[in-house]
Amino acid sequence: MALHQLYHPTVARLTYRGLLGRRRAAVLFALPALLLAISIAIRALSGADDQTAANVLGGFALATMVPLIGVIAGTGAIGPEIDDGSVVYLLSKPVKRHVIVVTKLIVAIGVAVAFSAVPTLIAGFVLNGNSQQIAVAYAVAAAVASVAYSAIFLFLGTVTRHAVIVGLVYALVWESLFGSLIPGARTLSVQQWALALAQRIAGDGAINAQVSLTLGLTLLAVATVAGTYFAARKLRTLTLAGEE
Amino acid sequence: MTTIHIDNVSRWFGNVVAVNDVSMSVAPGVTGLLGPNGAGKSTLINMMGGFLAPSTGTVTLDGEPIWRNERIYRHIGVVPEREAMYDFLTGEEFVLANAELHGLGAKEARRALATVEMEYAQDRKIATYSKGMRQRVKMASALVHEPSVLLLDEPFNGMDPRQRMQLMDLLRAMGDEGRTVLFSSHILEEVEQLAAHIEVVVAGRHAASGDFRKIRRLMTDRPHRYLVRSSDDRALAAALIADPSTAGIEVDVQEGALRVQAVDFTRFTERLPRVAHAHGIRLLTVSPSDESLESVFSYLVTA
Repeated sequence: MALHQLYHPTVARLTYRGLLGRRRAAVLFALPALLLAISIAIRALSGADDQTAANVLGGFALATMVPLIGVIAGTGAIGPEIDDGSVVYLLSKPVKRHVIVVTKLIVAIGVAVAFSAVPTLIAGFVLNGNSQQIAVAYAVAAAVASVAYSAIFLFLGTVTRHAVIVGLVYALVWESLFGSLIPGARTLSVQQWALALAQRIAGDGAINAQVSLTLGLTLLAVATVAGTYFAARKLRTLTLAGEE
Repeated sequence: MTTIHIDNVSRWFGNVVAVNDVSMSVAPGVTGLLGPNGAGKSTLINMMGGFLAPSTGTVTLDGEPIWRNERIYRHIGVVPEREAMYDFLTGEEFVLANAELHGLGAKEARRALATVEMEYAQDRKIATYSKGMRQRVKMASALVHEPSVLLLDEPFNGMDPRQRMQLMDLLRAMGDEGRTVLFSSHILEEVEQLAAHIEVVVAGRHAASGDFRKIRRLMTDRPHRYLVRSSDDRALAAALIADPSTAGIEVDVQEGALRVQAVDFTRFTERLPRVAHAHGIRLLTVSPSDESLESVFSYLVTA
């Protein structure tokens, strides 16, 4: 099926304006601003250093900022409409439910990439001028992770009112904490899958991922497709109970 | 595409039965779905609008299933009860978005806004609208594709009398054009003014169906049972039985109360306090003693 058959510009417009018009959109601006501020400060204070660049981009950008922005973009693309019931105006139209989901996913990915991958790239150039391709590697990792996070959290947004909480727990506890403590958790970590790609792009030994490139890319694809599929399935039978 | 058929439909949420084996059909013209709050009206409308699957039974529009069938929305317009709509849009942007989702454009959006007389505020954000204005913009969004079926959940809630009249005129006109218009309400007067045909749901069951006069008779003519306690039950019993509004009285010694069967509900509720007063008797308790339809109907009549 061609992409234009899966994309509805009106759904996209409503999603985009909803995402950037709500209060939680402030996080979308605050996190990249923080990353850039940190990068500028580090560069100014201690000069360009590849290891420092990798630490900042890996430790803050990819480990914390990218999943958080993924949570905001992914859940925010659909969750609030389901919560407050306004999704009824989308559902009561002769538009296929999977078109609604794919369109919202595309918007979520666009927003997530714009607010996480792009700042990551800029921060990388600020930190070490893309030495050893570290800036590009982390930016690409941030982009592919954004795709998977958007799909996963979009699905979460269709199944639970507490998608943001669940997403935050995943992003902060699973990815940041368990990921560094429990070896098994690393295999099931979007961050590690994306790192596998970053490892390939960057200079030898600059970045270390816990999973192989093949496994990483496969799992990224599986998570994205599964998230999209189940979100569409959920929306197809979404029940709007009355208030009584 | 005009007639909705609800066949043996039940819907439960966990252990709670919201709609219990209801069968009805909604044909062209204006139909009022009447029932107290919590009777299952919204559940029924949500099933008719394709937002809820029946637990058992079928809901169809001229034979086509409504659940999981997006194409059906070419023929159905929905005005939900909930307030939430894209508040960050202006009224015009909102109606236009709804038109585009139907594959239509600015022309249809303008016409729908004109139909509900909201052009004057179309450039303002929906967030700044009053409840009545929201209701009208919701109407415009549901009318934009000129559906043959219009479903409205409690459309008059929060409207002032003038807006109410306007909306009633609009719905009446749509019914006269041969569209199927179904609206729910828990207020008898609203239904009485607008709908020739009424479906009554009470506690999830389909209680009555027909034209307004027939239902009104059902509600008022049937005997009603009351439990009455007073300062002098026997004297009150004697006085009441002399009044034509009362069909029978039992002195329930154990309960220390009277069980009164009223003939004419309206007359009885008027007469009881007067009779008591005339005989110097104080009424301590007056309550409908059965949870049958009649007691709920009496609620509807007095509401």
